[in-house]
Amino acid sequence: MTLRLRRIVENIGIPRLIIAGFLLIIFITAYITDMSVPQLMTDSLVRVGMNGILVLAMVPTISCGVGLNFGLPLGVLSGLVGALISMERNLKGFSGLFAAIGFAIPIAVVVGYLYAKLLESVKGQEMMVGTYVGFSTVAVMCVFWLLAPFKNPELIWAIGGKGLRFTLTLGNHFGKVLNEFAVFQLFGVKISAGLLGFFLLFCLLIYFFYKTKLGIAMLAAGANPVFARSAGIDVRSMKAVGVVLSTVLAAIGIIIYAQSYGFLQLYMAPLMMAFPAVAAILIGGASLQKATISNVIIGTLLFQTLLTTALPVTSRVIQGDISEVARLIISNGMILYALTRSTGGK
Amino acid sequence: MERSRRVLEMKGITKQYFGNTVLNDVSIALCPGEIHALVGENGAGKSTLMNILFGMPVIHTTGGFSGEILIDGEKVDLSSPAAAMQAGIGMVHQEFMLLPGFTITENIKLNRETTRQNALSRLFHSQSLDYLDVPTMRKDARRALDRLDLSIDEWLPVAGLPVGYMQFIEIAREVDKKEVKILVFDEPTAVLTETEADRLLGSLRRLAADGIAILFITHRLDEVMAVADRITVLRDGETVARLNRDEAVVERLAELMVGRKVEKIDLPPRHKDPGEEDLALTIDNLVVNMPGEMVRGLSMTIRRGEILGIGGLAGHGKLGIANGIMGLYSSSGRVSKNGDDIPLNSPEQVLLKGLAFVSEDRRGVGLLLDEPIERNICVTAMQAQNKFLRSWPHFLPGLRLENRGEIRAYSDEMIRKLDIRCLGTTQPVRSLSGGNQQKVCVAKALALDPEILFVSEPTRGIDVGAKRLVLDLLVRLNREHNVTIIMTSSELGELRKICDRVAIVYRGRLAGILPPDASDAEFGLMMAGGVRKEAV
Amino acid sequence: MTNMTDPKTVESGRSVSLDVRRIIATNGVPILFLALSITMALVAGLNVTFLLNEVVTRLARNSLLVLSLLIPVTAGMGLNFGIVIGAMAGQGAAIAVTYWGVTGVRGFLLACLLSTPIAAIAGWLAGNVLNRAKGREMITSMILGFFANGIYQLIFLFIVGPIIPLNDRRLLLPSGIGVRNTVDLINIAQSLDKIWRPVIGGVRIPVVTLLISAGMCVVIGFLMKTKMGQNLRAVGQDMHIAEVMGIKVDKTRIIAMILSTVIAGWGQLIFLQNIGTLNTYNSHEQVGMFSIAALLVGGASTRRATIWQAIVGVVLFHTLFVVSPLAGQRLFGVPQIGEYFRVFVAYGIIAVALALHAWQGRQVRRRAAEEAMLTE
Repeated sequence: MTLRLRRIVENIGIPRLIIAGFLLIIFITAYITDMSVPQLMTDSLVRVGMNGILVLAMVPTISCGVGLNFGLPLGVLSGLVGALISMERNLKGFSGLFAAIGFAIPIAVVVGYLYAKLLESVKGQEMMVGTYVGFSTVAVMCVFWLLAPFKNPELIWAIGGKGLRFTLTLGNHFGKVLNEFAVFQLFGVKISAGLLGFFLLFCLLIYFFYKTKLGIAMLAAGANPVFARSAGIDVRSMKAVGVVLSTVLAAIGIIIYAQSYGFLQLYMAPLMMAFPAVAAILIGGASLQKATISNVIIGTLLFQTLLTTALPVTSRVIQGDISEVARLIISNGMILYALTRSTGGK
Repeated sequence: MERSRRVLEMKGITKQYFGNTVLNDVSIALCPGEIHALVGENGAGKSTLMNILFGMPVIHTTGGFSGEILIDGEKVDLSSPAAAMQAGIGMVHQEFMLLPGFTITENIKLNRETTRQNALSRLFHSQSLDYLDVPTMRKDARRALDRLDLSIDEWLPVAGLPVGYMQFIEIAREVDKKEVKILVFDEPTAVLTETEADRLLGSLRRLAADGIAILFITHRLDEVMAVADRITVLRDGETVARLNRDEAVVERLAELMVGRKVEKIDLPPRHKDPGEEDLALTIDNLVVNMPGEMVRGLSMTIRRGEILGIGGLAGHGKLGIANGIMGLYSSSGRVSKNGDDIPLNSPEQVLLKGLAFVSEDRRGVGLLLDEPIERNICVTAMQAQNKFLRSWPHFLPGLRLENRGEIRAYSDEMIRKLDIRCLGTTQPVRSLSGGNQQKVCVAKALALDPEILFVSEPTRGIDVGAKRLVLDLLVRLNREHNVTIIMTSSELGELRKICDRVAIVYRGRLAGILPPDASDAEFGLMMAGGVRKEAV
Repeated sequence: MTNMTDPKTVESGRSVSLDVRRIIATNGVPILFLALSITMALVAGLNVTFLLNEVVTRLARNSLLVLSLLIPVTAGMGLNFGIVIGAMAGQGAAIAVTYWGVTGVRGFLLACLLSTPIAAIAGWLAGNVLNRAKGREMITSMILGFFANGIYQLIFLFIVGPIIPLNDRRLLLPSGIGVRNTVDLINIAQSLDKIWRPVIGGVRIPVVTLLISAGMCVVIGFLMKTKMGQNLRAVGQDMHIAEVMGIKVDKTRIIAMILSTVIAGWGQLIFLQNIGTLNTYNSHEQVGMFSIAALLVGGASTRRATIWQAIVGVVLFHTLFVVSPLAGQRLFGVPQIGEYFRVFVAYGIIAVALALHAWQGRQVRRRAAEEAMLTE
């Protein structure tokens, strides 16, 4: 009996059990303190759909053997440029959203390819190099935002300043178009089929990708590069495909994130974008070597629900905003756990 | 040499690993000033014996050993490398334990630095705060280098020195240890050029003349004949001979090293025996850059339908041949099949030409350990030959998804045919036994429908029963499906059991090809480089 | 033996080719940044006395933090992004002495004394974590810094007040829970700097603070000449060989982390006494990144860093820091460009150094493989 219990615990994983336990306590507290549980769930689901694709972007790099993609800001910046072009042209609604994605993808492909070339020459240190390449690109792009030739008065400082504004309102363009598409209620919980459906669609696409010849080649290259070579697979290009795919997903992910948030955040905002995504997929049970779609979905659900509910619920019990502190401790604790777990991995 | 006194005696050493006896009642004795050669094939038990002598943890974590070790006539307990060092045993490692950024002096004195106290170290009673006494360290290093007749400056950094020097610095480090009475050299000439090797042998003699007993492990018989006072031959964990040098001749040593009864099994007959007129593969001046297993210009021909064995001692390049041809290590030369050149350095092209490979590194190269059996069997054929795929959805013709049904059916068939013991096609291969993993590797190669199959070390690390099954399987493939098989193995016995011809590789070149029923002495000599035939 | 090249002649042949090109090649990074700083200073049209004042102040303020990075580099653990943990220990101590009202040099010394055991324990923990993440120490130390930041905020936002009593309105947030965002360190402000601060040629020189940094240089130099230093260097070159030769690798690495964290704690206190105010939740955040960037600007790498590189790096990096916003203002009329530029320099130099680190690591391995081949 105890053995079976232990096996169940091992299968689910201790971190997930702890966080699920936390969530349970939070929801019980919410119920006792007369908070609206459906409202909490509505908010959580929105956050899941908002962040999901960014978390999904971690899967290709992990499975092709590059590891966690700390260079996520590169894709995010590509997405921001795409969104800006769409806004500059004053495209509205769904056409604005899809135009943003359409402009962003080619940029992300080029950026991802260059990034893959760089990572190829720093094998073994991809995570650290990725982090700082991401950081420095964010800084370079800050200069770009200041000097970029955008003319639309909605985008640039009205008077006095030079360059793009810090935060752009998406309301007139494609703000919340997905969030407000096909919304229905279930037990008092508002569910946006548009937003969640879009996320799940991408999960499904990636799932099928790993059933194709290319996807399987990438998995083999990540699982055992020497095996892959002996099977005639070009390991380097598989890694490049993984990095490009991840960058493209990050670009799409930030556009979905922004439309859901209602604002496009420029300058230093993308700096730490990689860390919540990394934490989420690790919470979902991924390791530095292996990640699946279910890791993405479980991880995003647990992590985002926790972040969304922690603030309103705990503020009833504790004074001050503990959610930011909890985010720091949980996400970085999770990353530390993954980094120190399998020393024999490489 | 004082024949009367024994500085080291190992008596009745027996060691088992997981029920396998790897050393059986081995005894060896050294006098001061003696050079004692320990020769034997790979796997004869030399390294286990040295691990015991050096108190390596691997011995004690696997249940220890029986027998006793005496130093200067007193029984000692060598339970750790530190204890062995204390007892006066020095070891020159095969891999260099040198820090490239340190000077020669710093390397010789590594973790044995002479130190001087200072105010702070006295205050904290901490030796680790003592100053390094660099002048004394240099003097000691100089003395050790002089004993080896090495004029190199002791303050030079090791980085950038020729490899030959590094070996001598390793030796100087052991020589510098005041307490060293016994020095063990584990194949020290393996990485040296011939002149460097000669010089090393000279140093051995000089050290022996100083009264140090030397245990010299090697399989280069010419070196044994050149320096050894006495020789012990190990085979399959047993002492097969103890000889004085004047009693030994190279031929006899070679025979003792490899000699072993070959159990003859009756191989199924063929309709037509493979002959020189119908060639499957021609290898011309093949050079393979595989670290530790370099091939340096090997030429030979492989007959259609035969099982060719490739043997040779470790490090002489027998493993490099298949790895090079299959494109896993960079190679040059010319390999042609049916008069058609096979592009080198391109695994993809080679697989398309109908060649397949079962690697010697089953877990490292052969398998995706955490993936299911079915994926392991099918992924190579899928990637290289577009098998097991289907177009779906039909309006996207470029998109090809894996064909689950076909994969499942083929894997089931292979599991049945090769008798792979498992829970089903989706079991991860990591949880299979070695023998069954090897069968998955063979199934993977068969999925490619090969005309020519390279198999390296097919029985390494699997139990006796499974060994037989794997060899039988290879014979069946050869006879029933007419697959030409090139089997590389360290176990001469199994090569002689199932092969039509056995090629022996020496120093990266073909030493010769022997029929499987050639005598032990012939095989032994050829493997030890005793005779050098031009490549056939 | 005669056909072997004599390494002595090889060596002397090398030393002959020591010329200007070589100096530039080996010190390319600091020379580049020197040129950049001078150009920008000229563009900005800065007053030399002002610039010198700024640089000397910043040298005194930051050198100890940068010096704290040297030991882990020697021990092969790369750039220790975890010095922020030491900085947090220093800040905790600074808050404590402010609360107790111990003033002047005595207050400063008490803060140092208090931060030492906290930093030592934190360093010990960090060392143990890093020993479980061999080969990826840098990313781990960085995440460790973020994680510690969470713990730090937990302590100072939620535990100080209700659990750790602190009856001081000046320190607590109005709610009575948690420490204020800004703490005025009146007690220890400038306590070292003002002991003796002569003005030479218009430049005020905080002699005592500079002497402490110099003293630390001497101590580190001394340490490197001892048996422990030798162990650190050996472990830094090859953990496997060091282990086989009987050096306790894990212990040595933990010692390196403890020393680094403790020195960083003192470094942060020196930094704070110069600034005079503590941004409770921000002062430490950039410490790791700026110190590392400064060290790298001085020409250090992830495998090799010297005392001189640390000092030169601080001078150059902070010169750039002072001049770049002004240069941005002059050139583009937008001061932010200069600000973003210096952020880019900090991140970019780290990115380049890390990429080089990985690239060189691969080169070394490849060369070793080639050499092994040639010998055969």
